[in-house]
Amino acid sequence: MIESLFPNVDWENMWEATLETLYMTAMSTFFTFVIGLVLGIVLFLTAPKQLWANSIVNWLTGAFVNIFRSIPFIILIILLIPFTKFLIGTIRGPNAALPALIIGAAPFYARMVLIALKEIDKGVIEAARSMGATTWTIIRKVLLPESKPALLSGITVTAIALVGYTAMGGVIGAGGRGTLAFLDGFQRSRDDVTGMATMLVVVIVYAIQLIVDWMAMRSAKR
Amino acid sequence: MIELKKLSKVFDTGKGSLTAVDHVDLSIGAGEIFGIIGYSGAGKSTLIRLLNGLEKPSDGSVVINGQNITAIKGNDLRKARQKVSMIFQHFNLLWSRTVKENIEFPLEIAGVPKSKRDARVLELVELVGLKGRENAYPSQLSGGQKQRVGIARALANEPEVLLCDEATSALDPQTTDSILELLVDINKRLGLTIVLITHEMHVIRKICHRVAVMEGGRVVELGDVLNVFQSPKEEITKRFVAQVTDTEDSQETIKNLRKLYPTGELVKLVFVGDQTEQPILTQLIRKYPVDVNIVQGNIAHTQRGAYGTLILQMKGSAQEISEALTYLNAESVQTEVMSND
Repeated sequence: MIESLFPNVDWENMWEATLETLYMTAMSTFFTFVIGLVLGIVLFLTAPKQLWANSIVNWLTGAFVNIFRSIPFIILIILLIPFTKFLIGTIRGPNAALPALIIGAAPFYARMVLIALKEIDKGVIEAARSMGATTWTIIRKVLLPESKPALLSGITVTAIALVGYTAMGGVIGAGGRGTLAFLDGFQRSRDDVTGMATMLVVVIVYAIQLIVDWMAMRSAKR
Repeated sequence: MIELKKLSKVFDTGKGSLTAVDHVDLSIGAGEIFGIIGYSGAGKSTLIRLLNGLEKPSDGSVVINGQNITAIKGNDLRKARQKVSMIFQHFNLLWSRTVKENIEFPLEIAGVPKSKRDARVLELVELVGLKGRENAYPSQLSGGQKQRVGIARALANEPEVLLCDEATSALDPQTTDSILELLVDINKRLGLTIVLITHEMHVIRKICHRVAVMEGGRVVELGDVLNVFQSPKEEITKRFVAQVTDTEDSQETIKNLRKLYPTGELVKLVFVGDQTEQPILTQLIRKYPVDVNIVQGNIAHTQRGAYGTLILQMKGSAQEISEALTYLNAESVQTEVMSND
């Protein structure tokens, strides 16, 4: 049955490509989360009237985030080729896709972190200060826990966007199902390969959404 | 206990400067409940934030228990803040933490070990009357309960001073009263000095020993609550006092009363403290041949005694009325004949 519907699908290849996609998504989501979180917190705390109010740092971080957020991903990959070559040593394979994925997604997530942090009641931060909390304590025990559901839903949106980005990376040979769908499927006119690769992408996206929704539900107490 | 000297705060608004607090000198004693009343924009919010260093003054100093709050920063200031805690109008609880965890928060900040924290939290939960609600989240509590958590949280590190920033302004009258009672209870039991800011004279009347009236960043009137109620000097203070005593001696009301009671004289009496408990009216009627009709009366209880006003209609000859008034004045009751115009 399956054989006749997808005559050209090489299941071993498909499985390998799925793993590559999962690997790229997981790694890039992790680094995007860490870097985006740091950038978002810096943007928040250096804004006027905040704890680290500093217009120069705020402007520089804001400029960095805005520039990299506005470059279309496919162009970013090409622009970053020399950087990737320097960092990874090659521009092919899953690891080579990571720098572009992270640099493309982290600023995007940083903006979401900023929005999430701005949602926190200023009074709660003031209360923590009035108790003698250090800024580090405020970050760890007020900012992060209080904005957790928004941070989680932000990283879901980002992770799903990253699944899409990995496919784009696939077009220039990063591996994963993007490569499979494009090179084996589209360019050889094997529609069943493209279709199967697409279906599996949908499954991955759904899985991410379900996991994070469940985590967000557990942490929402407002 | 708390000494404010020439305290000023000027904000730079970009378009110019705004003086929020203007050369305020105040001295607040240990164990005192001190109220600061003013309309919004009077500078009372800024003033209370100067007391724990949340705002830095432009000039002047704040000394609490011998420590100059305005001169210290960093770790010293954070340590000092643990002894000068604060509660807020909108409670400012962490919604991601339970009641227990919210109360535990300042203890975590102070570096108290977990085993001691649990015992202390239990004590505080009981003190503020929230037993059984330890594991609820703030979103599951009523406003009054949230403020109780705020109070427990503020008391966690055994502070010497409690600052209340409009702590009851977001609560309904009944809940306000129960929170105020809790504050008085804490003040008596723990000997805590309480500084509160409010725009409700009701709060001042109910729990404060002394009051400062603020307008335009300055303290325009200062004194014992009872004295201020008895003889408010500034126009703004009179308006605040009228909020609670409500004798409504505006020209309009006097005219109406005159219409209702056209004969005799309308006399307003002001009783303060012990006099409110004396049978002065009985004495008056027995001693003087005047007819007395009670038109309107009101009594307000403060922490330092009661304060009452009474409007009487007196009938009799001018001579008799004049003698009756002399008697009342001799009993140190303030009298005021309400004129006809």
